[in-house]
Amino acid sequence: MFTQRTDLPFGNDSNSRFLPWMVAVMVFLATIAMSGALALEVILDRWNHDVTGTMTIQIMPATGEAAEANRETQHRVDAAVKVLLTTPGVASARPLDLAQIGKLLEPWLGSTELLADLPVPRLIDVTLHDGVMLDLPSLEARLSAAAPEASVEDHQVWLSKLVRLGHGLEILAILMVGMVAVATAATVIYATRTGLAIHRSVIEVLHMIGAQDDYIARQFAHSSLMLGLRGGTIGLGLALPALMTISWLAGRTEGGLIPELALRPIHWLMLACLPLAVAYLAMVAARLTVHRALIRMT
Amino acid sequence: MRDGGMATPSVVRFESVGLRYGQGPEILQDISFALAPASFHFLTGPSGAGKSSLLSLMYLAQRPSRGLVTLFGRDVSSARRSALPAIRRRLGVVFQEFRLLDHLSILDNVALPLRVAGVSEEDIKKHVPELLTWVGLANYLHSKPPTLSGGQKQRVAIARAVINRPELLLADEPTGNVDDRIAMRLLHLFVELNKLGTTVVIATHNDRLVNRFAFPRMHLEMGHLHFLDPVRKATPLDEI
Repeated sequence: MFTQRTDLPFGNDSNSRFLPWMVAVMVFLATIAMSGALALEVILDRWNHDVTGTMTIQIMPATGEAAEANRETQHRVDAAVKVLLTTPGVASARPLDLAQIGKLLEPWLGSTELLADLPVPRLIDVTLHDGVMLDLPSLEARLSAAAPEASVEDHQVWLSKLVRLGHGLEILAILMVGMVAVATAATVIYATRTGLAIHRSVIEVLHMIGAQDDYIARQFAHSSLMLGLRGGTIGLGLALPALMTISWLAGRTEGGLIPELALRPIHWLMLACLPLAVAYLAMVAARLTVHRALIRMT
Repeated sequence: MRDGGMATPSVVRFESVGLRYGQGPEILQDISFALAPASFHFLTGPSGAGKSSLLSLMYLAQRPSRGLVTLFGRDVSSARRSALPAIRRRLGVVFQEFRLLDHLSILDNVALPLRVAGVSEEDIKKHVPELLTWVGLANYLHSKPPTLSGGQKQRVAIARAVINRPELLLADEPTGNVDDRIAMRLLHLFVELNKLGTTVVIATHNDRLVNRFAFPRMHLEMGHLHFLDPVRKATPLDEI
């Protein structure tokens, strides 16, 4: 019998049509930015885990007649491994064979058949014990004595630059989410003020029959919550296929230059909660706006 | 100041009240009166005399430019905003232009004061149709105001004003859009409420209606208020 549960005709005003789409755009942007931040976190973790406690030693190839040079190069590699294994803190030192080096060079050279004839530098993969910090200049000097022109590639050096860049991008993405939140709140405040103007005569009647400000504010808040949920769901619905497409495209790049978008289950849950968070934000913004505005009304 | 000669506290008391809109002239000047509980007054005067403005001060739509307004023993001229809803719930107001909510059904319009006051849906479902039946709108419970005639809207507005048994009923031209038969029936409703203890003030320029009841008149002329005795001595129920 009494089907109408809101006293204000929100369904008839322009806000009901415009607000969900504004929220949808905001949630779309927030989802993309947030998934970027979360994916970066995963990638940085993985990089950190993969290269912490490791280093690579590069041994330059000997020159001369191919067979002789190969033997000399192998001799240098063996000497360097011996130096490494006698260095305190080194857990293992594993030279990469030509086949493995060929695999690393394949994306650039195309064929590994030429490798046997080319003076290719050799690599030694070194693993350190947990938490060990080596005296790199001293190690480099000892290695050079055993194998001329040996060089140490400490992953931490380039990784720290990469990590710094990653953290910078992560902060940027978080800032974007923050800005989207601010923009959403501003949109809701504007829409609510417009709604107050549109429904002023109804609000006056409600006041005249004894409605408290909060009675009216609750109705605006509920309307904004529902519009926010609707818009948020649309935004998330548009963002997810976009994310999957980006992930698929990243997976198709060769050489592993761009890591796959690998979010953890908790991250997907966080993304799924975005529409709820935005709707809640819309609800609170509307309620506070109405309270502030009604104080100025009679 | 006219007080109705009652020892009990007044429901409404005006002391040297003036009202002006913006920088304009005073619409109401030095208005002083007091209405006793369960009294019944007509508010008369020519168009533009300030009847609606006087009523609006009583239903707290505006505050006086000067003077003191007291409702139910409480100074409302300077009361905090947060205190007003509780006072307004003790009032029933019939607006001249009805001010029904067009998007709500008749049922929901009349239920509004009860919902605002937090009355249970069960009680609302019981009392609202009863009252609407009494004012002759039983067949229009789910209709929306725009589909009703002026007289029907007026009856809905009156039903909304009286549904919560107000202590003070203020009506601005409540019989302006209905024929004499319906007007008498609505007046009867007001009289019944008055007999139950509601203080009633009815603004009207319908002299025929005023002349048929033995209630005192508050007459506004040029911004000043005068109390006039009833036109006749008959009891109102004799006329219905």
